[in-house]
Amino acid sequence: MIGGLFIYNHKGEVLISRVYRDDIGRNAVDAFRVNVIHARQQVRSPVTNIARTSFFHVKRSNIWLAAVTKQNVNAAMVFEFLYKMCDVMAAYFGKISEENIKNNFVLIYELLDEILDFGYPQNSETGALKTFITQQGIKSQHQTKEEQSQITSQVTGQIGWRREGIKYRRNELFLDVLESVNLLMSPQGQVLSAHVSGRVVMKSYLSGMPECKFGMNDKIVIEKQGKGTADETSKSGKQSIAIDDCTFHQCVRLSKFDSECSISFIPPDGEFELMRYRTTKDIILPFRVIPLVREVGRTKLEVKVVIKSNFKPSLLAQKIEVRIPTPLNTSGVQVICMKGKAKYKASENAIVWKIKRMAGMKESQISAEIELLPTNDKKKWARPPISMNFEVPFAPSGLKVRYLKVFEPKLNYSDHDVIKWVRYIGRSGIYETRC
Amino acid sequence: MPAVSKGDGMRGLAVFISDIRNCKSKEAEIKRINKELANIRSKFKGDKALDGYSKKKYVCKLLFIFLLGHDIDFGHMEAVNLLSSNKYTEKQIGYLFISVLVNSNSELIRLINNAIKNDLASRNPTFMCLALHCIANVGSREMGEAFAADIPRILVAGDSMDSVKQSAALCLLRLYKASPDLVPMGEWTARVVHLLNDQHMGVVTAAVSLITCLCKKNPDDFKTCVSLAVSRLSRIVSSASTDLQDYTYYFVPAPWLSVKLLRLLQCYPPPEDAAVKGRLVECLETVLNKAQEPPKSKKVQHSNAKNAILFETISLIIHYDSEPNLLVRACNQLGQFLQHRETNLRYLALESMCTLASSEFSHEAVKTHIDTVINALKTERDVSVRQRAADLLYAMCDRSNAKQIVSEMLRYLETADYAIREEIVLKVAILAEKYAVDYSWYVDTILNLIRIAGDYVSEEVWYRVLQIVTNRDDVQGYAAKTVFEALQAPACHENMVKVGGYILGEFGNLIAGDPRSSPPVQFSLLHSKFHLCSVATRALLLSTYIKFINLFPETKATIQGVLRAGSQLRNADVELQQRAVEYLTLSSVASTDVLATVLEEMPPFPERESSILAKLKRKKGPGAGSALDDGRRDPSSNDINGGMEPTPSTVSTPSPSADLLGLRAAPPPAAPPASAGAGNLLVDVFDGPAAQPSLGPTPEEAFLSELEPPAPESPMALLADPAPAAEHPRHLAPPAPSGLSESSQSSDRTWVGQRDSDGALPPPPTAGRMYLFYGNKTSVQFQNFSPTVVHPGDLQTHILSGPLAVQTKRVAAQVDGGAQVQQVLNIECLRDFLTPPLLSVRFRYGGAPQALTLKLPVTINKFFQPTEMAAQDFFQRWKQLSLPQQEAQKIFKANHPMDAEVTKAKLLGFGSALLDNVDPNPENFVGAGIIQTKALQVGCLLRLEPNAQAQMYRLTLRTSKEPVSRHLCELLAQQF
Repeated sequence: MIGGLFIYNHKGEVLISRVYRDDIGRNAVDAFRVNVIHARQQVRSPVTNIARTSFFHVKRSNIWLAAVTKQNVNAAMVFEFLYKMCDVMAAYFGKISEENIKNNFVLIYELLDEILDFGYPQNSETGALKTFITQQGIKSQHQTKEEQSQITSQVTGQIGWRREGIKYRRNELFLDVLESVNLLMSPQGQVLSAHVSGRVVMKSYLSGMPECKFGMNDKIVIEKQGKGTADETSKSGKQSIAIDDCTFHQCVRLSKFDSECSISFIPPDGEFELMRYRTTKDIILPFRVIPLVREVGRTKLEVKVVIKSNFKPSLLAQKIEVRIPTPLNTSGVQVICMKGKAKYKASENAIVWKIKRMAGMKESQISAEIELLPTNDKKKWARPPISMNFEVPFAPSGLKVRYLKVFEPKLNYSDHDVIKWVRYIGRSGIYETRC
Repeated sequence: MPAVSKGDGMRGLAVFISDIRNCKSKEAEIKRINKELANIRSKFKGDKALDGYSKKKYVCKLLFIFLLGHDIDFGHMEAVNLLSSNKYTEKQIGYLFISVLVNSNSELIRLINNAIKNDLASRNPTFMCLALHCIANVGSREMGEAFAADIPRILVAGDSMDSVKQSAALCLLRLYKASPDLVPMGEWTARVVHLLNDQHMGVVTAAVSLITCLCKKNPDDFKTCVSLAVSRLSRIVSSASTDLQDYTYYFVPAPWLSVKLLRLLQCYPPPEDAAVKGRLVECLETVLNKAQEPPKSKKVQHSNAKNAILFETISLIIHYDSEPNLLVRACNQLGQFLQHRETNLRYLALESMCTLASSEFSHEAVKTHIDTVINALKTERDVSVRQRAADLLYAMCDRSNAKQIVSEMLRYLETADYAIREEIVLKVAILAEKYAVDYSWYVDTILNLIRIAGDYVSEEVWYRVLQIVTNRDDVQGYAAKTVFEALQAPACHENMVKVGGYILGEFGNLIAGDPRSSPPVQFSLLHSKFHLCSVATRALLLSTYIKFINLFPETKATIQGVLRAGSQLRNADVELQQRAVEYLTLSSVASTDVLATVLEEMPPFPERESSILAKLKRKKGPGAGSALDDGRRDPSSNDINGGMEPTPSTVSTPSPSADLLGLRAAPPPAAPPASAGAGNLLVDVFDGPAAQPSLGPTPEEAFLSELEPPAPESPMALLADPAPAAEHPRHLAPPAPSGLSESSQSSDRTWVGQRDSDGALPPPPTAGRMYLFYGNKTSVQFQNFSPTVVHPGDLQTHILSGPLAVQTKRVAAQVDGGAQVQQVLNIECLRDFLTPPLLSVRFRYGGAPQALTLKLPVTINKFFQPTEMAAQDFFQRWKQLSLPQQEAQKIFKANHPMDAEVTKAKLLGFGSALLDNVDPNPENFVGAGIIQTKALQVGCLLRLEPNAQAQMYRLTLRTSKEPVSRHLCELLAQQF
C-alpha cells in the first residue's frame, strides 16, 4: 500500500518520482525534501511523519530512496521492499549512484511498474525480472509467443524464481559465508557487547530444477541428529553454534525447516542470498586492541596502541586499518609504527594506521605523540573509541558448512558431479575499543 | 569587508571559501573544515611568530567557520593581538572577531578592555570609532561597567570628531538600553542636549535617539531639549530640499532626523513658552501644508519619507491634543489618505484617526468621515485594514451616530472575516449597550447580533443582555415579546435559545396575556428547540420550565410530564438528570408558596464594569487600549463605562434613593418640585408612604434615615438598593432605578444597601423579604457587628410580640474593610401597625463603639393586595363602610404638578388596584385593595379627586379598621 516512491540526489533534487495512489500529491515530494533532506537537524529516524503522511527512507551513498504512504502500512514490509528495490537496481546497473540512476531512468520506471502494482509489492526476484525486463529493448521482438507464455507461466507459477529448461555443461555452485563482527570493548579488555551478523550467499549454475539441501553446524540440528549417534554428538558438539535468529530466501521451504530443521530449496539461477543469521555467543574475536593514552601536561598527549591477532597462525588477515581519534585541538602529530603505515588525517581528526597483511597469533604496535593547542574551553576531551577494520578468511561465529547436497531426478547428474566451492569471509562491522 | 576584496585581499581565505562552497555534501564540508582547523592550529602552535597578515587571514577563516555553525575554541588570543595592530584592516578583523565570538565571561576580557581603552584614548578617529562600535556590538554588562564613564566624556569633548561623537552617542544609547543603571547621569547631560545644535546632521540624528531614550527616564533633566528640538525642526522643515545636501532623501530634507525630533517632542507636554510653541505650531502647519503640495518625485521613496514625517507630525498633534485647528487639519489630511491607493497609507490613516477620534477637538471632524470608513469596512481587501476600520468606527461612535454605526457593523458582520468576527460582535454589543437611548433598540440589536453571528457571541454578551433586561423593568415586556418572536424562526442559534429561555422564564408572564403567546404556546415553542440544544442549554431550559410552573400554574401538568419523561429522569448527563429529578419533586411536593419563594424572580444584578468591555480589552491586549479608553472620549456623555446608561429621568434628578436614604445626607431642602416626582416614574420602592426626595422638608417619614442624631464622625453611611419588582401585579411600588448608587457623602465609612422584595413574594401576602447589605467603606475592620430589628411599639427587643414577625439571619461579627455583608429579613405582618420597625446597627470601629438606628421602610401598605372589582361592587362596598370612623378624608394642596399618569403610577405603587370606569368623573381615581395580615384582613377602598384649577386633592379612604384608614390616608397624602 505504498502511495508513491521517490528517489532524490544529495541535493534533494528529484531523480525518480512514481506515484501509485491518488492520495499522494506532488507536494509530498517537496515535503520530504524540506523536512528530511534539508532539515536543520539531521533526521535520524528512517520513518518520518509529515502532515499525516509517512515517509520511509533509506540512503544509499548519496541517494535517498523514499516510500510515501498515507495509510497505516507495515513499516517492515516497506523497508524490505526498499532494500529489495536497491538489490534489483544493483543487479541491473551496478552501483546506485546519481549518474547510474540518471542513465537508467527508463529502466527504473519499467522496474517500478513491475515490482510495485498500485502500491502492492510484486515479484521482485531479479532472475525472474531479467527474463522480461531487459536492458536491450530489441530482444523482446525476437521472443516467440511460446517464450512469452513460458515467462508468464513461470512468473505466475509456483516456483516463480526459476525458469525451466536451464542447461549448463558444468554444474557448479559457489557458497560464500560472509560475516561481520561487531565489538565494543572496555580499555581493560572486557567485552561490553559483541555480535556477528552473517549471511550465506549462493551462486548456482545448475541444470534443470535441482533440489538442494543445505547443512551447517547449527546446535539444534546437530542435537536432533545426535540422538541417533551419541558418538557424533560428543565429537561435533563443541563445534556447533547457537544461532539467535535467521531468515531465509523465499525459495527455502519453511515447512520443512519447521518440522525437520532441514534447509531444502530449489535455488534461483545465479546469485542470491540463501539466509541471514545472527549469533551472540562464543564469538571468535580476530583482533585484540590494547590502548594506552597518557596526557602529558595540557599540550601533549602520548598514545600507544597494541594490536594482537587471535586466530590460527596459518591464516592471514587483510586490509587492517586502525583508527585512533585525536583531540579537536590537535596541532601536530608524530607517529612511529612497527608495521604498516600510519598517518594523521586532519580532516577526520584521527590517526589512521594501515597494515596490508597480518598472520595469526602476532602482535604489532604504534605509538604517537600528539601536540595540543591550549583552548579557552575547559571541556575535557571525550575520548572516542578506537575503531578497527579488517578482513579474515574464516567465520568469527564459528559457522561451518557441513554439506550442500544437490538432487536432480530428471537429469542425469548426481550430487557428486556438481563442483562446489565454499568460502568464508569475516569482516569487521563496528569493532571498537574504548581508550 | 571591502578591504578584503581590494589590494591586500586574502587569497587563502578566498580559496578556502570557494572550497567550502564547492563541497558536494555535508560530510565533505566537515572534512574540509577539520583540515583547515588542523592547519590553523599547527600554524598558531608553530614556533615562529606569525606576521599580522597571516594572523588576520587565519582569524578571518576561523570567523567564517564559526559563522558556518561550527564551534571555535581557539584563536581568541590571536584576535586580541590583532587589536593592538596599527593597521586598520587588522584591527578591524580583530574587533569583528571579538564582537562576534568573545563571550563576556572570557578571561581575555581584561586584555580586550585594555586594547579598547588604548584605542579610545588614541587620537585616531577611526580607531576610536572601531572601539566604540565594538563596545556597542558586545554591549554586555562588563563592557558597560568598564566604559560607561568614558563614553559620555568622549561624546561631549570639544575636540572629538563628528564621526566619533556620532558613534559615541549611539554606543551610549546601546549601553543605556542594555543596563540603564550603569550610565551615570551627570553634568554631561546638559551638554548632550546642546548636541542638537551641532553643525553635523549625523551627530544631531544620533544625539536625538540618545536623548529620546534618556528623557523617558528623567524628563526634567532634558527639558531644555524641547526648544532646541523645535528650532532644529523648524530649520529643517523650512529649508529647501537643496540646503541639506547629504541629508536630503529624495527631495525630503533629513526625514529621519525630522521623525526622530517629532518623536522626542512627544515625550513632553506642549511647550509653555509662547514663542517656542508658536514656532512649533508653525512647523507642524508647514508639514501639513507640504503634504498638500504636489509630489516632487514619483518615486515611492519620496512619498514614503514625506508621509513618515506627516504621520509623526499627526502623532505629535494628537499627543498635544490642545490645538483644535491642527487637530482638524490633521483629521482632514488623514481623511484624504482614507481614499488613497496605497493600502499601507489607508491602514495608517485609519489607525491615526482612531486616536484622533478620542480627542474632544477632533471627534466631530473624524465623524465626518463616517461614510468613507464604513465603505472601507465593506470594501477593503486586506483584513487588517478592515480591522482598523472597525476600530475606528468603534472609536468615533457616540450617541448621535450609534444607530448608524451599529447597524452598519451588524450588516458587515454577515460577511465579515472569521478572524475579526468575535471582536466586532463584542464591539457591537458594547456600543449598543453604551449608547442605547431606548432599551428596546438595545434588545433588538443584541438579538439581531445573536441571529447573525450566533457562534461568535460569547457568553459575556448574552449574559449582559440578560443582566440589563433583568435590571430594567421597562424593557422586560418588550424583551419577552421580541425573543418570543425571534424564537419562532425555524432555525435559531443556540445562544438565542438560551436568551429566550431565560427571558421567558423570568418575564414570560408579561406577554402571557396575548393569546398568541399564551403560556402553553410559550412552552411548546421553547420545548421544540429543546432537543437540538447542548447540555448546558437544556439545563437552562429545564430551569425555565420550572419557572413556568411558578408563573403559569396551568402548564404544570405538561411540564411535569416533560420532566417525568425517561429522557430527562434517566438522562446520561448528571446535571440534566439532577435538575429533572429535583424540579419534578419540587413541583409536586412544594406548596405554591414554597414554590413561589424558591422560584422567585431573579434579583437585579449588581452593577459593575461591563464584562464585555473587559473581554474586549483583554482581547486587544494592554498595548492597544488607547482606542478603547473611553474615559476622555465623549464629553457629552457623563457616564464612564458604567455599562448601565442612566435613563434621562435619573440624569435630571439627583438619585432619589441616595438622597432619600443616604444617612446624614440632609435632603436637599429646596429641591425643585418639578424635577422630582413629576415626569418621573422612578418612585423609590421604599418610599411606599414615605417622602419623595423633593418632599425632604416634610420630615415625618424618612426611612432608613437616622433617628438619633449621629455621633460626629460616625463611620456609617447608608445606601439603599431598591429592587424593581413591578411586574408583579400586587407589587407595591412602580419601577425604581436599579443599581447600588452610593451615597454622596465622601466621609462615609459604611453603607447599608437594601434590596426590598416585599410583595415580590408570592402568597402569602402577609409576608415579605428584605435584603440588607452592609458595606464597610473604610479600610478598617468593624468588630462586634450586630444589626437587630426592634419595633418601637414595645420596649422589649423581642420582636415576636409586636405586630410584625421578623426573622433575621445572623451576620458575621466582623466586617472587613471594603467588604460587604448581606442580611436577609423575613417579615410577616401579624396585625396592622402604624409605626415602622427600627433597625439598630451596633459595631466597633477602631475600638469605639458605634450605634445607628434606622427606620426600616416597612409600612402597612406593603402588605396591600390589590383587588379588582366592578363599579357596582365598588359602590356596594363603599356604602358598607360608611361609618364615620371607617372613613378618613384629607384635602390638601398638591406639592407636585398634577399629572394623571404619575398619579396613577403612584397609586399603583402604593399597592392598591386602580379601577377604571368606576367614578363618573374620569379625572378621579378609584382604587381597592386588601391589607393582608395574619390576624385579619382589612379591606380598603380609596378615592382621589384632583382639582386641577385649585391644585388641590381630596383623598378619601374607607377601610374596615379605623386607625388603618387614618394611617393610610396620611401615608398616601404625602405622595401628591
